[in-house]
Amino acid sequence: MNILKGKVWTFGDDVDTDAIIPARYLNTFDPGELALHCMEDADPTFAAKVSPGDIIVAGKNFGCGSSREHAPLAIKAAGVSCVIAESFARIFYRNAINIGLPILESAQAAASLQEGRQVEINLEEGKISDLSSGSTFTAVPFPPFMQGIMAKGGLINYIREKKNKK
Amino acid sequence: MGQTIVEKILARASGKKRVSPGDLINAKIDFALGNDITAPVAINEFKKTGAEKVFDKERIALIPDHFTPNKDIQTAEQVKLMRDFARQQGIIHYYEIGRMGIEHALLPELGLVLPGEVVIGADSHTCTYGALGAFATGVGSTDLAAVMATGELWFKVPHTIRIAFHGNLPPWVGGKDLILYTIGQLGVDGARYAALEFSGSAISRLDMDARFTISNMAIEAGAKAGLIPPDEVTRKYLTGRTARPYTAVLGDEGAPVAEEYNWDVESLEPQVSLPYSPANARPVSSVAGTEIDQVVIGSCTNGRIGDLRQAAALLKGKKVHPRVRLIVIPATQAIYLQAMREGLLEIFVEAGAAVSTPTCGPCLGGHMGILAGGEVAVATTNRNFVGRMGHPESRIYLAGPAVAAASAVSGVIAHPREIGGGDAR
Ligand code: SF4
Repeated sequence: MNILKGKVWTFGDDVDTDAIIPARYLNTFDPGELALHCMEDADPTFAAKVSPGDIIVAGKNFGCGSSREHAPLAIKAAGVSCVIAESFARIFYRNAINIGLPILESAQAAASLQEGRQVEINLEEGKISDLSSGSTFTAVPFPPFMQGIMAKGGLINYIREKKNKK
Repeated sequence: MGQTIVEKILARASGKKRVSPGDLINAKIDFALGNDITAPVAINEFKKTGAEKVFDKERIALIPDHFTPNKDIQTAEQVKLMRDFARQQGIIHYYEIGRMGIEHALLPELGLVLPGEVVIGADSHTCTYGALGAFATGVGSTDLAAVMATGELWFKVPHTIRIAFHGNLPPWVGGKDLILYTIGQLGVDGARYAALEFSGSAISRLDMDARFTISNMAIEAGAKAGLIPPDEVTRKYLTGRTARPYTAVLGDEGAPVAEEYNWDVESLEPQVSLPYSPANARPVSSVAGTEIDQVVIGSCTNGRIGDLRQAAALLKGKKVHPRVRLIVIPATQAIYLQAMREGLLEIFVEAGAAVSTPTCGPCLGGHMGILAGGEVAVATTNRNFVGRMGHPESRIYLAGPAVAAASAVSGVIAHPREIGGGDAR
């Protein structure tokens, strides 16, 4: 099942990890608790209004700042099915792949998709369709190596399988 | 074709003759780090890999420093989880309060991270060790779990952006000012995925403390690493503290880089980064007079002995402004002791500062100096994002220790020359 569908929530450029999950909540790594504060310092009402399957659309350098994996974990646990951005900060990008939070890089989609739009995403093809307007966008495909990690459901599964094969 | 330092280090670590920017490689890790926020997640994930033992119990450091001394029950539980894991695995480099320090100050101090090595840490400021000529980069908890289990990790080889600072630094201008200026020029994502390489006569003359400050904030320009070619200063620093043999790596002369900048420092003013981005760097004079409520001198950026000496030189015989709270946090136990022996702590306490045991504390809004709504702070830390030190409506101005100390005395953001005192650099 690689088709995702949900409503768009938009954010700007340089959304940092302190905005995604403030450090005052980092004395736990329980995904359910983190989800309650997801995006709190960017939009305090986000956690209450986001629905399962919804999609975050942001500008450049999404997830900059700290290495806290709690950031993609909070987003995933809040029910967000995918983050689309013009670009991602390096560590957030790694973390999302490693924990299996789908992310897509597309400057066009990031610029065009408006809040509230219904969007369908075909992850395998990297195709993003704006169901409200009918326009489609293509995301930058991941290198096969990273696709391998994601196909296994994250880095830990990937390693466990490699270990078992030995 | 010549290769940069980063390319040479990553080629060695991945068993290849050469690598090029963009290559995906699997590298052997020389040292790995986790803290009380990231290690508990990593330990959980490590258990899921099916591995029973960590790859090397001498090449992992687990440092509870963010919320320690434990600020609440949840923190105490997280640290307990780390401690139990460290004991059970026989991990040698686990340090409790009383013996610990902020990770990025402590690891170099103990000689655990060395030139030419590949170091990963589940903390974004792991790039600090680039100052020693190591390829050091921040990763997430799952990455740390993978390294603890296998001793290896995948990387994309970064392109290099070379930054050369030329000339003599004016009084009161130091490592922090150079890196704030750099981030101001590049922007918060100007070096995304890149390795920054700092060189030039102004860098060569800096001591290791100032160099660590520079490499520490490479991530604030989005960089994967921030390297300074190892030289005599590096070698001297390591003498007597290295834990392992090492081979320093230098880049080839004329190795192609993606971008190159040459900046003259002779007329540079002390820099201040305005809220809410480290890239909002300005000369201090442009914000002089801004009223402040709190000053924090410390963190993995500026909590070293050189920083404390600079601050003390300005605070000596003076009082912290009645409206201001000054918090001074030596970054490690050894720095704390050194500052005590040199009489710096006495200067701080007499001036009316609160001096704390090593901790990240207020730097990430953890504890020990949280800001209320509408409050303004000057901090020698590295991030001034919304909510970083507490209330989302508080405001942080980032600066070096000299501007921070001068501002603490003045009650407003001030150029160090305005309160007199000598430059202890
Ligand atoms: S001092 Fe601040 S930036 Fe450095 S490791 Fe601690 S929380 Fe992170």
